[in-house]
Amino acid sequence: MTHASACPACAAAPMAERAARHAGPPDIVLSLPGIHCAACIASVERTLRALPGVDAARVNLSLKRVAVHTSGADREGVVAALNNVGFEAHPLDMAVLDARQDHVGRALMIRMAVAGFAMMNVMLLSVAVWSGASGATRELFHLISAMISLPAVLYCGQPFFANAWNALRAGRLNMDVPISLAILLAAGMSLYEVLNGGAHAYFDAALSLTFFLLIGRYLDHRARASAHSAAKELAALEVQTAQRLGSGGATTVAVGTLAVGDRILIPAGVRVPVDGTLDSLKALSDRSFITGESAAARLSCGDAVQAGEINLGAPFEMTATAVGEDTALRRVATLVEMAENSRSSYTNLADRAAQIYAPAVHLLALFAFIGWVWISGDVRLGLNIAVAVLIITCPCALGLAVPAVATAAIARLYAMGFLVKSGTALERLAEVDLAVFDKTGTLTLSTGGRQLAHLTDSQIAVARAFAQASSHPVSRALLDALPPGTPAQLSEIEEVEGNGMQGRLGKQIVRLGRGKWLDADFDGPGLQLGAGAAIPLPLAETPRPGVAAALAGLRAQSITPRILSGDRQGAVRHMAEHLGIADMQAEVSATQKHDYLTALQSDGHRVVMVGDGLNDTAALAAAHASVAPSSALDASRNAADVVLLRDSLADFPLLISIARAATRLSKQNFAIAAAYNAIAVPVALLGYATPLIAAIAMSTSSITVLLNAMRVRRVK
Amino acid sequence: MNVLLILIPVSITLGALGLCAFLWTIRSGQYDDAEGAAARLLLDDEERCDTDPKRTRD
Repeated sequence: MTHASACPACAAAPMAERAARHAGPPDIVLSLPGIHCAACIASVERTLRALPGVDAARVNLSLKRVAVHTSGADREGVVAALNNVGFEAHPLDMAVLDARQDHVGRALMIRMAVAGFAMMNVMLLSVAVWSGASGATRELFHLISAMISLPAVLYCGQPFFANAWNALRAGRLNMDVPISLAILLAAGMSLYEVLNGGAHAYFDAALSLTFFLLIGRYLDHRARASAHSAAKELAALEVQTAQRLGSGGATTVAVGTLAVGDRILIPAGVRVPVDGTLDSLKALSDRSFITGESAAARLSCGDAVQAGEINLGAPFEMTATAVGEDTALRRVATLVEMAENSRSSYTNLADRAAQIYAPAVHLLALFAFIGWVWISGDVRLGLNIAVAVLIITCPCALGLAVPAVATAAIARLYAMGFLVKSGTALERLAEVDLAVFDKTGTLTLSTGGRQLAHLTDSQIAVARAFAQASSHPVSRALLDALPPGTPAQLSEIEEVEGNGMQGRLGKQIVRLGRGKWLDADFDGPGLQLGAGAAIPLPLAETPRPGVAAALAGLRAQSITPRILSGDRQGAVRHMAEHLGIADMQAEVSATQKHDYLTALQSDGHRVVMVGDGLNDTAALAAAHASVAPSSALDASRNAADVVLLRDSLADFPLLISIARAATRLSKQNFAIAAAYNAIAVPVALLGYATPLIAAIAMSTSSITVLLNAMRVRRVK
Repeated sequence: MNVLLILIPVSITLGALGLCAFLWTIRSGQYDDAEGAAARLLLDDEERCDTDPKRTRD
C-alpha cells in the first residue's frame, strides 16, 4: 500500500504493515511522566517526527512512555526537543527494561479466550440437553461437547495443574489441588458417562470452572505485572554509565564493563558506580544513602569509596577494587535474601483457606463415594455423586476470593501513588501494629524557608550566591530554604576545605561556613559580612510533606510510630521532638537496624518498616511489611513490598486502611463461598445435584464474590 | 432434526472465528496501550491517519 492516501480508513488497516517495518526494538525509550491526553500524544509524536534522524515515534499512554526508532538522532537531542515543547522526558535504560516481558500475561489471556470459546459452545449444547433432549440427540450433543472440552480443559488448565503438581511434590495442599482434581475428574467422569450413554455430563462445569478461575488468575497477574513494570521503570531511569580513564583521557562506558584496577573519573554530583580507593588528594562525598548520615563525609587519598556514594565536591579519580556482584552495595543483596527467607514462611490467606478447604472437600467427596457405594452397591453412581460434590463445593468462588479483592485494591493504590510489588503485602500490611521510620530521606526532605526570616535582603543575596556555587548538602538545603531573589555579584569565591566558602563583595570579604570558623558561638552554618558578627543560618531538615497527617492517621489506627536512624543523636532527637515521636534510636548501623526489627518481631510485634537507604535494606527485608519512597536506592526499592511514588506521606494511613479492608473483604468472600457450600453440599451429597444446579451454583457464587470485591474501591 | 447437522458446525465455526479474531488482537498488541487507543480516537484525521510513512507502533 502507498502512503500518499489520506482516507480515514487507513488508520486501522496498515497497522500490521507498520509493525513489520519497525519490528526491531526501539533505539530510545523515554519516560514522559507529564502526558495525559490525546493532545499530548499528538504533540509529542509530531515534535519527534519533525526531528532529523528520527524514523518513527509512538507514544504509549498507559505506560507514559514514547518509543523512538532513530537513524542518527541522539538521545540528548530528542530529550531537548521534548523539553522545548514543555514535556518532562527521562531516558530509560533499555537493558533493564526489556520491552516485551509480559509473556505470562499473554499466555493466560489466550488460555482464557480458549476456555471462554469452548464454554460458550458447550453451554449452548448443554442448554439443549437440560431442556429435555434425549436419546440419540443427547448422545450426539454430549459427544460434541466432549470433543470440544477435553482438549480445551487439558490446554487451559495447565497453570493449575502445574501449580498443584508443585504443591503436591513439596508435600503441601494448595487451592490448585482441589481445583485440578475437580476439573480433571469432572471431565474424565463425564467422558466415561458419555461413552456409556449416561444422562449427566459435567463438561460445561469443567469448562466454566476453568474459565472463571483463569479470570481470577489473569487479574492477579495483571495487577502485579503493572506494579512490577513500574518498579522496573524506576530502575531503568538510572542510566548506568561511567567515565573510564585511559591513556587517551576519559571515555564513557557502561558500568557493567568496568573491571578491577580501572581508573574512573567521578564528576561532581554523580553516583559512584563501583567500590574503590580514592586517587585524588581530597573528596567530599554524600553517604546518606549508605549510612543515613546527613552530613557529608570528607575523604583523602587512599580512603575507601563505596558504590552508591554521591560526589559533592570537585571531580575526583578513583581506582576500582570491586565491581559488579562484589561491591558492598550488591553484597547487601545476600543479607536481604536471608532476611526474606525468614519472611517467606508467611502463609497467605488463600493458602490458609486452602489448607482447611482442600482436605475437607476431599474427605467429603470420599465420604460421599463410600457412602453411596455402601448404600446402593453401584460404584458408578457413587463416583458420579463424588464428582458432583467436588464440582459444587465452589472452588471457583474460593479461587476468586483473594485475587479479585487484591486486584481492585492494588489498582486503587496504584492510582494513589503506591506500587504494591508483593502479592501478600496487603495481608501483611493489614496486620501491623508498629511503624518504624528511617529519618534521612524518608521522614525528611530539604528544608523549608521559615527559619531564615531574620535575614536582610542583602544577606539573602550573598547567601544565595554562595549556595549556588557549591553542591554541598548544606548549600543545597540552604538554596531551597532561601526566599526567592537574585544572587549578589561575588568575586573570588573559593572553597575553604572543611570550613566553608569565602568570597568578595565589592571590597568586603564575605564568608559562609561553620560557626566555629566564623568565630561565633554556634555550631551550625553561619554567614559573615566583612568584620561583622556571624549570623546563624539555622537549617533543620524539614519533614516530608504529609508526615504530620500520616503520623496522626497511624496513631488513629493504633499503630505506634518509631524512628530508627543512622544519623547523629542530635539531629534525630530534634526530628523526633518535632514530630512528637517518643521512641527513637540514633546512630544505628545496617546490621543493628536488622537486629532491632528482628527483636521487635520476636516480641510479638508486627512491624512495617519505612526506609530508603542502603542501611535500611536488610531491615526492610526483615520487617513484616515494608515501604520505600521512589527516591530510594534500587536495592531498597527491591527489598520493599510497596514503593511510594509520590513525595507526600499523607496517604500512608489510607494504604493501611485499604490493606485492612482488602483482608476483611477477602475473608467475607470466603464466608460467602462457605455459605453457598452449606446449601449446595447437602444437595450434592444426597445425590440431587444435576449439571444444571452445578452451573447455577458456580456462576452465582463467582459473581457475588466479584461484586463484593469491588467494594474495596469505596474504602475511606 | 437433520438441520442440526448444519447448525452445529456453523455455530462452532462462528465461535472459532471469534476466537481467532481475539487471538489476533492479542498477538498484534492491541491491548498494550488501552488508554492510548481511547485517546487517539480524539485526534484529528490528518494526525491519526497515516500520511507519514514514519508512523509506527511499539
